[in-house]
Amino acid sequence: METTEIKLAAKDFVTDQEVRWCPGCGDYSILKQVQTVMPDLGLKQEEIVFISGIGCSSRFPYYMETFGMHSIHGRATAIASGLKASRPELSVWIVTGDGDSLSIGGNHFIHLLRRNFDVNVLLFNNEIYGLTKGQYSPASPEGTVTKSSPMGSVDHAFNPLALALGADSTFVARSMDRDPVHLRGLLKRAHEHKGTSLVEIYQNCNIFNDGAFEVFTEKATKKLNTLFVEQGKPLIFGENGDKGIKLDGFKPVIVNVADVSANDLWIHDETDRVKASILVRFFDSPKTENALPRPFGIFYQEDRFCYETSMNAQMADAIKTKGKGDLDALISGKNTWTI
Amino acid sequence: MASTTETKTGVVILFAGDSGDGIQLTGSQFSTSAALFGNDISTFPNYPAEIRAPIGTIAGVSGFQLHFGSVEVFTAGDACDVLVVMNAAALKANVKQLKPGGIIIANMEGFDAKNLKLAKYPTDINPLKDGSLDKFKVHEIDVTKITRLALADSGLGTKEMDRSKNMFILGYVFWMYNRSLDSTIEFLKEQFKKRPELIDANVKVLKAGFNYGDTVEAPMNRFEVKPAPLEKGTYRSIMGNQATAYGFVAASQKSGLPLFLGSYPITPATDILHELAKYKNYGVKTFQAEDEIAAITSSIGAAFGGSLSITTSSGPGIALKGEAIGLALMLELPLVIVNVQRGGPSTGLPTKTEQADLFQAMYGRNGESPVPIVAAYSPSNCFDGAFEASRIALEFMTPVFLLTDGYIANGSEPWKFPKSADLKDMKVSFAKNELKDGEKYLPYKRDEKLSRPWAIPGTKGLEHRIGGIEKENETGNISYDPENHEFMVKMRQAKVDKIAEHIPLQTIDQGNAKGKLLVLGWGSTYGSIKTAVREAIAQGHDVSHAHVMYLNPFPKNLGEMLKNFDQVLIPEINNGQLIKIIRDKYFVDAKGLNKIQGLPFSSEEIKNKIVSMLK
Repeated sequence: METTEIKLAAKDFVTDQEVRWCPGCGDYSILKQVQTVMPDLGLKQEEIVFISGIGCSSRFPYYMETFGMHSIHGRATAIASGLKASRPELSVWIVTGDGDSLSIGGNHFIHLLRRNFDVNVLLFNNEIYGLTKGQYSPASPEGTVTKSSPMGSVDHAFNPLALALGADSTFVARSMDRDPVHLRGLLKRAHEHKGTSLVEIYQNCNIFNDGAFEVFTEKATKKLNTLFVEQGKPLIFGENGDKGIKLDGFKPVIVNVADVSANDLWIHDETDRVKASILVRFFDSPKTENALPRPFGIFYQEDRFCYETSMNAQMADAIKTKGKGDLDALISGKNTWTI
Repeated sequence: MASTTETKTGVVILFAGDSGDGIQLTGSQFSTSAALFGNDISTFPNYPAEIRAPIGTIAGVSGFQLHFGSVEVFTAGDACDVLVVMNAAALKANVKQLKPGGIIIANMEGFDAKNLKLAKYPTDINPLKDGSLDKFKVHEIDVTKITRLALADSGLGTKEMDRSKNMFILGYVFWMYNRSLDSTIEFLKEQFKKRPELIDANVKVLKAGFNYGDTVEAPMNRFEVKPAPLEKGTYRSIMGNQATAYGFVAASQKSGLPLFLGSYPITPATDILHELAKYKNYGVKTFQAEDEIAAITSSIGAAFGGSLSITTSSGPGIALKGEAIGLALMLELPLVIVNVQRGGPSTGLPTKTEQADLFQAMYGRNGESPVPIVAAYSPSNCFDGAFEASRIALEFMTPVFLLTDGYIANGSEPWKFPKSADLKDMKVSFAKNELKDGEKYLPYKRDEKLSRPWAIPGTKGLEHRIGGIEKENETGNISYDPENHEFMVKMRQAKVDKIAEHIPLQTIDQGNAKGKLLVLGWGSTYGSIKTAVREAIAQGHDVSHAHVMYLNPFPKNLGEMLKNFDQVLIPEINNGQLIKIIRDKYFVDAKGLNKIQGLPFSSEEIKNKIVSMLK
């Protein structure tokens, strides 16, 4: 795409609407990072579209000075599919939450991923229903106590990224609201990826599920419990980067970096589907003993034909072989008679 | 014995057999030939919901009824003159449809012990032998045996030979009505292009059937049905779903917008998806979605992007789309929702016809959510319905319902088709950036039609957000203001009401503009009502017929028209829906005639009601 003549700034993407999330909500940071990154993507403002469903995160389009639609619960993915199929040149961004995309919109979510439209999905995961005031979501861990689960939820939670890989997603990544630099980096990569880019963003709901991810986001615990993966680099984490991950067969094990040679560590390869499927399974509760650290970054990236590209190729083929459709020929058909 | 020829003005033939017997093809081939000959014709396929129900059973019987004549024909006919049965089950399921004195053509092999048992005839009872068919003229033919003999040196296996049986029957019926085999031979050549041996075999059997009539001493006359005095012009045969698809392609070309269809397969609407999927070279994009909800919401996405967007379904699918229809209404984006109605509620009668989704279209959403409704009344009228629904959607930036039903969707008739140059232009202009410095774009500022501008992504300076939450007038910003909500609800209603100024006035189809009785219909009852009213008028009754195509809003003059009659009769294939809307709106004491059997009205049923109301 062409670059804009006048360089846009983050403020150009701010609307005149008052932002109405609760003070302290993680959504503020995500909005800021998205607005900050936008001018660097080489897009014209008018060719960007933000589409959302229902939920706290779904207010997002009102705050972005682009084209936007705040639709109905769970359907942003399907609306975006139709928009992208009909207007492949647009840059389409879907903003959704864990309830919106994994529960009521679960079906459209997996079908979007397998079809691989060239769109970006920002999945704000706060492991709770916020807008309806605090019920457990399909991402809430078993036992979560909420108003609708006073004795703890009995639902087994989704592992969103494992679900995405299962649906043959071509770009699977995770970031967090409290790490602006990392989030901005992933947003850029998501934009660059040709295909459906899924970015799960851990987002704190300070009202109904405060601190759900604090072990990953707070300084005191972050280093020991998180693993930031980078292409071609070994999987290292810990206070001083002293711990690493080694594959014992298909089983990931934590080792002391000092105890192994550098070649023994798992080297991250975004294109390796098998390794990605192990990586997304680093999903232990941090409270369990010897829990694997929670990975962040791009788990998997694959180049595969996008739906709209194949669709347009068929349209072009049809015109090439049959010629541009003639309405009179269509209406009259081959068998006519005259009275 | 030489056969004699008797002249008839109209004939109804019902072909019936197993769903694997090629009945639909046989029927449609005869229809094509009759149409090309110049007869007026109307057809009605009637097939089981199961693709391959157990062979030989009543559940597996597939039927194709056609009515052709040397006079105008408006329905597929009430009782039939000729019943072609490939097996005992087909006879058992359909014999009650045959007129006394009617002709039965029976495939003998279909009446062996096994088939009789499958059709649940008592042991040792064969209807062909026990005298129960004495009031009919029965002609038994050993179709299987003759077909195999005809193909003895074809090199085909028995199974493949037997597949041509329907061609023998077709050839024989062609002989009965002295028709040319040419159009069917042409069809076979095209159909089996890649397997020439099958062209030869089928043509051979077709001719064998024809010659069989000539050579055996057929115990029946041949019949002549002269061409009908149809309006001059060029015609083709058209099925309703096909016409619907063409109507949308035409609307797309005439509006200059690409066509986008989001759809999920459902009987009896799927053929529209099949049809449109073929027209990629017309700029048509079809998206087979993962479910009914994605079907409509993907269309809403495409509408936001500037396509002429449609979604096609039937009652159960429309129920799932309800919330999204409300969204389209709030967004004020153009969208056509096609409901090819079938028997309900729930899964209901998937392959049978009904008109019971009018209330669903009218009221089936949360909140105050008016949606314009157009209803097609015949197979060819589906073209006009699709075209008009598109026009209204685009002109008024609103979702619009197009209602058809299984009867007209699968039925066919001759169509004096329009030339594209004669179709109304509906060029659409998207909003342009004409803002002055510092001026803000108002996505919900309305024109004289109360329609808002369509500003599509890619238009510099017109970036804006729309959504399902109540919005402030003009700006489109979220608003919970009480007065604003009431204002917007009334505005959306006023916009739909305003459409009445942009649709044709209601006309009387036949009869006087004032009188004793008006029969008011909508949708697929058109042919039956027309036939019934024509006959009643011929018998001296004071009765008129009007058929409403625009059901929301109604044409401006409808109320006045109703008041010009002493009585109003509203026949519907439902438990009384239009009648309630008419009574509510016009305070007219209309009477209903309702049939809810998954079948169209016979004209006789309507005529009897007319006569009894005029006593």
